[in-house]
Amino acid sequence: MNLLIFLIAFPALTAFVLLFLKNDKIRAITITSAAAILSISSIALLIINFHQEIQYFSLETHYIDKAMFFIEVLLTIYIFYIGWKYKKYIVSGLISVQFLIMAFFETKYNRDIIVEHVLLVDKFSIIMAIIIGVIGSLTCIYAIGYMKDYHSEHHKALKDNRRFFSFLMFIFLSAMFGIIFSNNLLWLYFFWEITTLSSFLLIGYNKTPEARNNAFRALEFNLLGGLAFLIGIIYLYRFYGVVELDKAIYLGKLGALVPAALISFAGLTKSAQMPFSSWLLGAMVAPTPVSALLHSSTMVKAGVYIILRFASALQGTVLGLILALIGGTTFLVTSLIAISQSDAKKALAYSTIANLGLIVLCAGVGTYEALWAAMLLIIFHAVTKCLLFLCVGAVEHRIHSRDIEDMSGLIISMPKISIMMQIGMVGMFLAPFGMLISKWAVLKALVDFNPLLAVFVIFGSSATLFFWVKWLGKIITVVNQEYDLEEGMNKTETVPLYILAFLTIGLCGLFPLVSTALIQPYVMEIYGMTLAMSQGNIVIMTIMLAMVMLFPLSFINYGKRVKVVDAYLGGANIETGTRFRGAAGSVKDMAMKNYYMEKYFGEKRLYRFGVLFCFIFIISMFMVLVK
Amino acid sequence: MKTFLMILAYIIFAPVLGAVLSGLDRRVTARMQSRVGPPILQPIYDVLKLIQKDSLVVRRSQNFYVAFFLVFIIFTGSLFFSGKDLLLVIFALTLADIFFVLGGYKASSPYSIIGAHRSLIQMMAYEPIIILVAVGMYMVTKSFYVADIVSHPGQIFYHLPGIFFSFLYILAMKFSKSPFDLAYSHHAHQELVKGLTTEFSGKSLAMIEVAHWYENMLMLGFVWLFFADNILVGAALTLAVYFFIILVDNVFARVKWEMALMSSLLVGLLLGVGNIIVLFFIRR
Repeated sequence: MNLLIFLIAFPALTAFVLLFLKNDKIRAITITSAAAILSISSIALLIINFHQEIQYFSLETHYIDKAMFFIEVLLTIYIFYIGWKYKKYIVSGLISVQFLIMAFFETKYNRDIIVEHVLLVDKFSIIMAIIIGVIGSLTCIYAIGYMKDYHSEHHKALKDNRRFFSFLMFIFLSAMFGIIFSNNLLWLYFFWEITTLSSFLLIGYNKTPEARNNAFRALEFNLLGGLAFLIGIIYLYRFYGVVELDKAIYLGKLGALVPAALISFAGLTKSAQMPFSSWLLGAMVAPTPVSALLHSSTMVKAGVYIILRFASALQGTVLGLILALIGGTTFLVTSLIAISQSDAKKALAYSTIANLGLIVLCAGVGTYEALWAAMLLIIFHAVTKCLLFLCVGAVEHRIHSRDIEDMSGLIISMPKISIMMQIGMVGMFLAPFGMLISKWAVLKALVDFNPLLAVFVIFGSSATLFFWVKWLGKIITVVNQEYDLEEGMNKTETVPLYILAFLTIGLCGLFPLVSTALIQPYVMEIYGMTLAMSQGNIVIMTIMLAMVMLFPLSFINYGKRVKVVDAYLGGANIETGTRFRGAAGSVKDMAMKNYYMEKYFGEKRLYRFGVLFCFIFIISMFMVLVK
Repeated sequence: MKTFLMILAYIIFAPVLGAVLSGLDRRVTARMQSRVGPPILQPIYDVLKLIQKDSLVVRRSQNFYVAFFLVFIIFTGSLFFSGKDLLLVIFALTLADIFFVLGGYKASSPYSIIGAHRSLIQMMAYEPIIILVAVGMYMVTKSFYVADIVSHPGQIFYHLPGIFFSFLYILAMKFSKSPFDLAYSHHAHQELVKGLTTEFSGKSLAMIEVAHWYENMLMLGFVWLFFADNILVGAALTLAVYFFIILVDNVFARVKWEMALMSSLLVGLLLGVGNIIVLFFIRR
């Protein structure tokens, strides 16, 4: 138990220390060592609890509860104040309602609430802890070098507020650990609100009107989710007299689904499912490490975490089906929209929302197969998406653009980063890498449950295939040789990339181990049965992985036994190999652009449909419950 | 042992059969156009000749992608014909095809890149239907394994007519035949010169040809699954499908990519998903 408290408290303490460190170097060392300690302790958590089943812990929490309430009051006042100051009255309104309910609840029932187990740790929390501890920490390390460039080269006008930035990053990690270890829902709610506020501050970091607006949008949606969360807790207490997660899940299995629905609603807002997706799309105005943090290891994963906790209760219920439909629709629509995006970060954002949709779909289905698939998705997505965001950030700082069309020839101008990026991309959609294994598992789970739900996945996946390959193709296409742009890259930026790329590949090789050691025991605990990929298929996947890894070896033959010629340009090449003679004797450069099919898959066109459908699903979700 | 023999048989006989079928295709096509046509073994002569030619490239690494295309196609076919998991076969096939498309990108020529793009668009169009085939087969036979599907009593076609016809619809894409020969084709009437394969020559072009023989046999294997209950009927109908594709190739003009994509998605949704829905409600 001490380790759990350490994992929550240590990043928070580090955050406050960072706030007072003025020297860049000392701060960098502090961040790096704190990140190392966090990674090691999260892995230690696994080793210590490896053979343990789920464990609960009791704690004398009177003073902690008081402190939390005090902090909550402060946060409320702060949020109310900024909402008022920037005339975002919705924000002020939401927080006031939330606070009134909370205050009423605290004063009326506070003395009577009995919390048996405050904290819990099981295989699911351990998986999440490792994701947050390792990937979150890597993002923090990456942020050191990135934010230095960010201020010294790219945003000179902006006030250098890096101390506050790193403070927020670590507070965020602390709150995430709080979310995954809390069994007391009031605690969980407290940490939940902290992630909401710190994401608001991180998104609005560069203080442009756009950033401020997007930050407020994120705040609005997440406060709405928070409100639902709070009502869920109060409902749970008022009618069943408990405020604990495990008991809520147990009640859900017995058919008391109202709290589960309200808390899942909060999960939907936090994991940016349609119709709440716009906040995550807006969040990309923030510096890249923030996007990486929000998209891969934290924030959105907190949303799916809480929904997945209820998965076993959702199985076979109407509520589960509706959640599955929301997830499925989100996956399909955002995958299609991603085709039309040429902004790299936006394409990644859509891909994140899509994959979270897939996880929500699994949670809604709630069978043991679906849960197994969802866990795989969480793990692989966290690693791969973090890698991709960090790569795009590095590229953006060098080529001063994050448009995919400007990334042609990256393989020549930034060979190392582009290889990392390619690993990330194939990791997202191609056999035999992680995300494809997960999608395969999803597909099997859905076909066994209800093949009609599989239709979302089948059509959505082919769209993801299309947009990843065209991006991948863009990177390896070479038109005009560019010089080396990689020079002078900071080690704190490149090392996390190498580690993540290594993890992306390594996890595919170790996937059977991850499954048997972590995922299967958890699924077994809940359902009493589990599944594993058949031995034969694992062997085949491993062979495929080995074969793909041989690809770089073919470069031993680079340039041997071939004659290099210019590309065919209708027989009208002149001067250099990339120019041709156009009409009336003019000299033209050849140019190649990707298809974005704006007309068919445009954001404006499809987004509305997604929002409309998911909105209807959410309304019907509540109508079903009210009945 | 049996697995090993099947793989060996596929590796040796698939290209031979594929080449002969391709020769037949040219002959039949010629007859449809009132020409005599080349000898049946002409495709093999072509490939043997190609191997002796110089390899001209635009980018020095472009041929590696093609080599891996060939390797993974053979790998995929071996999985299929040794009775492995159908979904795994589909994923491996995708991997192979993506190597090919990336080769087109790597060549960095406008024609090959448009070809690669169109090839991708076609993948987006046919991928769902191929997965629907696997899902449909699973619903009927309760297994994804080719070996189990083949030994299922009764013709699977009777349960999956919608899926079969939607598969037939996209088969022309896999064979790169009209009306869906957008990415590249054998015919001289290609607006993209040779599309995806424009910048490939010599051994690499030979590899592409051979890979297509392997791939064609694999696709015919998929067709055969629908009629696997009776070997003779299965073989006859599979051949019939092949000649149907040749006929369609000669009757229809090439369509635009919008038409190829949208019509396949529509066919997949109506016939393919429709079939799944019916099956789901009948079997409940």
